[in-house]
Amino acid sequence: MKNLVILGAGTSGTMMANHLVSKLPKDEWKITIVDQYKTHYYQPGFLFLPFDIYTTKQVKKNGKKFIPKGVNYIQEKIELIKPEENKVSLENGETLNYDILIVATGTKIAPDETEGMDGPMWHKNIFDFYTYEGAKALRNKLREWEGGKLVIHITEMPIKCPVAPLEFAFLADSFFKNKGMRDKVDITFVTPLDGAFTKPKATEALHYLLEEKGIKEVTDFNIERVDYENNKIIDYADTEVDYDLLVTVPTNMGDALIERSGLGDDLNYIPTNKTTLQTEAHENIFAIGDCTNLPASKAGSVAHFEAEILTENILRYIDGRELKEEFDGHANCFIETGNGKALLIDFNYTTEPVEGTFPFPGVGPLSLLKESRTNHMGKMAFRWIYWNMLIKGVHIPFVSATMSKKGKKLEN
Amino acid sequence: MEKTYLQSIIQINEEGYLTDFTQWTKEIGAEIAKEQGIEMTDKHWEVIDYIHDKYKNEEALSIRGIKKSGVINIKEFYELFPGGPLKKATLIAGIPKPKSCI
Repeated sequence: MKNLVILGAGTSGTMMANHLVSKLPKDEWKITIVDQYKTHYYQPGFLFLPFDIYTTKQVKKNGKKFIPKGVNYIQEKIELIKPEENKVSLENGETLNYDILIVATGTKIAPDETEGMDGPMWHKNIFDFYTYEGAKALRNKLREWEGGKLVIHITEMPIKCPVAPLEFAFLADSFFKNKGMRDKVDITFVTPLDGAFTKPKATEALHYLLEEKGIKEVTDFNIERVDYENNKIIDYADTEVDYDLLVTVPTNMGDALIERSGLGDDLNYIPTNKTTLQTEAHENIFAIGDCTNLPASKAGSVAHFEAEILTENILRYIDGRELKEEFDGHANCFIETGNGKALLIDFNYTTEPVEGTFPFPGVGPLSLLKESRTNHMGKMAFRWIYWNMLIKGVHIPFVSATMSKKGKKLEN
Repeated sequence: MEKTYLQSIIQINEEGYLTDFTQWTKEIGAEIAKEQGIEMTDKHWEVIDYIHDKYKNEEALSIRGIKKSGVINIKEFYELFPGGPLKKATLIAGIPKPKSCI
């Protein structure tokens, strides 16, 4: 018997277990998946939890439900990956041997990377919404907050779901309007990049959203520290931004396991071939999802497209065939703009988001880079698709793993 | 879009960033810097070399990376490229600016 071990039972790991269980011969391969946590979170829902749009129950389920029969599921903390010995050791002292290893340990927030961020005011008037605990604490705060300066802040790139902070700003505008207190709230979006939108076509098509909603931008802001005693964030150029409520996206880093095992870069992301998903250092170790250093967005849709290609490449690797250099960085993301509307963007490593229709060229029903109610319904329907199709590895009809150029207004 | 630097026609985007890195030369970099009010020194070029290395290895540029580069500290980086240092340094280096997905 040979062993294929998957580390992490989040979006990517669960998808891979579901894909591979039906593809690998059961009498030759044993598939094992390891994760220390019992709960599987619907992470896109963390955006909606603070505004009471989703309940806590809607964003979490027992992870075991999604691991297929025939896959050995171990709920234990991973201690170390030993690539030279093809072994993984667990915290309980157990050792797993592998012939093929798939790392899917994701990315985490690291608020301790910024001075003053996770000090005494953490989850008091400084919040994240990238964790279940953070999003829930922020929900409780927003239920009683009486207004003031709301600052939405990105610490440094790359972050998971790069548009989520902007969506948070849009939803906050709607939330306070609906509560009849928008005039009591000042919303500022603070980014290390040169704008809330950074690509020329998106800026042109979408900058009106910020103006329309009265959201201020502070750009090129590279935070040095949080002065939690005086409620301000300060950057390296000594620019200061005052807040009453700071909603920050802390530095994102790969799991500490990757650092312990000596497999990561500065941010604990694993150097990975961007077209095949094989790690650069070890030919029998593959990486998928947020844990890689791929220059793609860290997002569930990217993981979904990667999973289809990685499944093919695992089969090729087993047969000793050449790997398919197919992954193109494809991402497909709904962006909430508030008031029951949303945008949809579809792009890859080389093509920036443009206007058009999706998934059927010229028909839609979804429109790219344009606000619509249908797009919002798409985003809401996506929660069902996630739990019932996506992580179970069911192919989503008409949506291909690589980006289609049809129906898009591309230049040339 | 096109722009002429030192008698060479260079392809740029709407924001002035080179779209074809092979057209970049040190002299063109110095011209772009001048337009930004920056007179290039050896220290500036050391930073540009570091940025080119990162770019060729397809590694993301960040303030954190600059901090760990051993080339320069962050205060100096701001002094050399006032305003948005990453934005200006990439412009001069002839590579795309750091960006998000939209």
